[in-house]
Amino acid sequence: MTLDLVKRGQSLTITNIPDALIRAQAIRFGIAEGETVLCAEVVPAGPIVISKNKQEIALGRGLARQITVDLGR
Amino acid sequence: MKHRGGHRNQQCHRLRHHHNLALEIEIPRDARRIVLAGNPNTGKSVFFNALTGLYVDVSNYPGTTLEIAHSRLGDDVLIDTPGVYGISSFNDEERIARDIILAADVVLNVVNAVHLERDLFLTQQIIDTGVPVVVALNMADEASAHGIEIDTEKLSEMLGVPVIPTVAVKKQGFGAVKAALSRATPGKLTPGLVEKLREAANRVGQQGDALLILEGDDAVAERHGVEPGDEREEIYRRRRERVNELVAAVVREPGCESRFGAVLGRWMLRPLTGIPILLFTFFVMYQVIGVFIAQTVVDFTEDEIMAEMYEPLISGLVGRFIAEDSVIGVILIGEFGVLTMTVTYILGLLLPLIVGFYFFLALFEDSGYLPRIATLADRVLTGIGLNGKAVIPFILGFGCVTMATLTTRMLSTERERRIAIFLLGLAIPCSAQLAVIAGMLAGLGAAYLVMYVLVILIVFLVVGTVLNTIFSGTSTHLLIDLPPLRVPRLGNVLKKTGNKAFGFLREATPLFVIGAVLVSLMQLSGGLAAIQRAVAPVTVGWLNLPMETATAFIMGIVRRDFGAAGLLTLELTALQTVVALITITLFVPCIASVFIIFKERGWKDGILIWGGTWLIAFTVGGTVMQLSKVFGGDSDPDVALILAAFAGIGGVIVLFFRLIKCASGLKVPESAQAVKK
Repeated sequence: MTLDLVKRGQSLTITNIPDALIRAQAIRFGIAEGETVLCAEVVPAGPIVISKNKQEIALGRGLARQITVDLGR
Repeated sequence: MKHRGGHRNQQCHRLRHHHNLALEIEIPRDARRIVLAGNPNTGKSVFFNALTGLYVDVSNYPGTTLEIAHSRLGDDVLIDTPGVYGISSFNDEERIARDIILAADVVLNVVNAVHLERDLFLTQQIIDTGVPVVVALNMADEASAHGIEIDTEKLSEMLGVPVIPTVAVKKQGFGAVKAALSRATPGKLTPGLVEKLREAANRVGQQGDALLILEGDDAVAERHGVEPGDEREEIYRRRRERVNELVAAVVREPGCESRFGAVLGRWMLRPLTGIPILLFTFFVMYQVIGVFIAQTVVDFTEDEIMAEMYEPLISGLVGRFIAEDSVIGVILIGEFGVLTMTVTYILGLLLPLIVGFYFFLALFEDSGYLPRIATLADRVLTGIGLNGKAVIPFILGFGCVTMATLTTRMLSTERERRIAIFLLGLAIPCSAQLAVIAGMLAGLGAAYLVMYVLVILIVFLVVGTVLNTIFSGTSTHLLIDLPPLRVPRLGNVLKKTGNKAFGFLREATPLFVIGAVLVSLMQLSGGLAAIQRAVAPVTVGWLNLPMETATAFIMGIVRRDFGAAGLLTLELTALQTVVALITITLFVPCIASVFIIFKERGWKDGILIWGGTWLIAFTVGGTVMQLSKVFGGDSDPDVALILAAFAGIGGVIVLFFRLIKCASGLKVPESAQAVKK
């Protein structure tokens, strides 16, 4: 499934980020492919906030739609 | 490359002699270049200020608007860099940080102890460039307050560089940091990088440049005349793994604890709570800036100090030497005098307001609220072809449109920059203008206030949507770091406020003087009256305003608040006031902004934007006035009906452009489709 369909509080593993530039920026934030993160917040029709430990990043919905994730672990 | 920010011509080697760096800083022959680097929100600026004291020089980095602070530190030179998450070519900040770090003798890397996982990525990247590093583990007190324990010695051992715990705001650990700078050493590279780097460094001569080339940095590769590598992904991945390893080995933190800051941070993101919080914040801003400063403070500074004490004094003084009705007399101390009205406007009216706006802006920045507003606003902004990040230039635009136009460089694509700059020039009133507007609206009652705000908002959304429809290409998505909320440090906020207010005065004053002289000359030559008569069909016939309003618009070409303030002296009905304010808000941005717009966007876009604001301002102003005549007449207009009709017209315009786009067979951008659904 894709990241935009995730609900708040769910834990997920990022399996694929197609855009190379986004991938590089995400790695810097500590959110690389294969990492397990928590969906901290979903702004209705807006961005998805994911967190790993104390690090939080917000991704636009259009971007979240391109990112493939696995639920649970 | 051209020299900028001309410094004294002294016999000493300069940073720009390093082939990477165009920044011109005087560096004595034996001084080391100590570079301060770190992520955003690490307390780096506090560090810089505390280490260097008062003697700070600021240089503009060539080709950008970013100012780089530098100062002597004992026998050495300390150079600040913009806060970045890594060094590469993703944006201006990174490019500058990259070049300054590559030219460094020692890097003092400030990391946030609470966010090691994020911050150590940059640390490891800097270490991989081969430069000697000292790590300042800042906010050590906050980390322990969170129950986070960090094994500093082990971190130092694993990184291979000195690690010093500090609390910058309390000046703790500075002595140890200064001492450590002399024993800074190159650290341990990311595993697997050693051989690769050695080989590449043999080719280009320098490890730092070699690293960036391997990581596919075009600019650095070009300097050496080689092809950029394609190993960024591989190196980043290994570096990330290394950092995760480091964090796992040295950090011990308790399970999740719920703090008030974390809860509030969440509330700010959810529309149901976030929008009221945002509105409340704006309400507080309005109370402080629009009511307290614009009325109480400005009454005192403008009327009592400037108009009653300063102006008679200077008029009397100048009047002794120059006749008041001579050409020079009029220019200096006449109605629009350089020494009378201009000084009163700048110091009596603008300065208190500007200080108020920059104070709030600094609070937003330092508290971590700004990226949360960006996240909340993302949905609305995708509808006009932007993403949430654009909220930052827009909020800054309420401070100063010129400054905001420059910050649109943080937006990722030309398309986004174009839309944002157009909207900034059109629909965002800057603080100086807003203050005058707020003052004038305050006496008119709530209905007219709502009318003003909604008309501007509708214009903003309609024009944004239309631009998003007609410009080709697609916009980028939001990807933003949400730092923890914290209570801003007053000292830091005040310092920022002071710096920015001073910068504003420096930038605005010459333009004010030019404007005042132009208007005085027109008044003397009778040109003003001629223009007033010439544009009467528009001002009187279409906008239903007095002929003298033309003066305000002519002044508005120079500075927006000049124009708005020009309305103050006119006798207007409530409706006329609102229409005049709407028109002057949408009217051209100030001369400084226009210069920047032409510089940033080129002639074609510049003329499109400048001309577009003329057209839209008078069309909208007139439409509102004519609608008011239909719905209730001049004396008692029905605000709700006027707004409904106006919004309807806006809707039709949007549909019209969508249809044209569809008919011409072009693809409607994705973000626009999302809105339609």
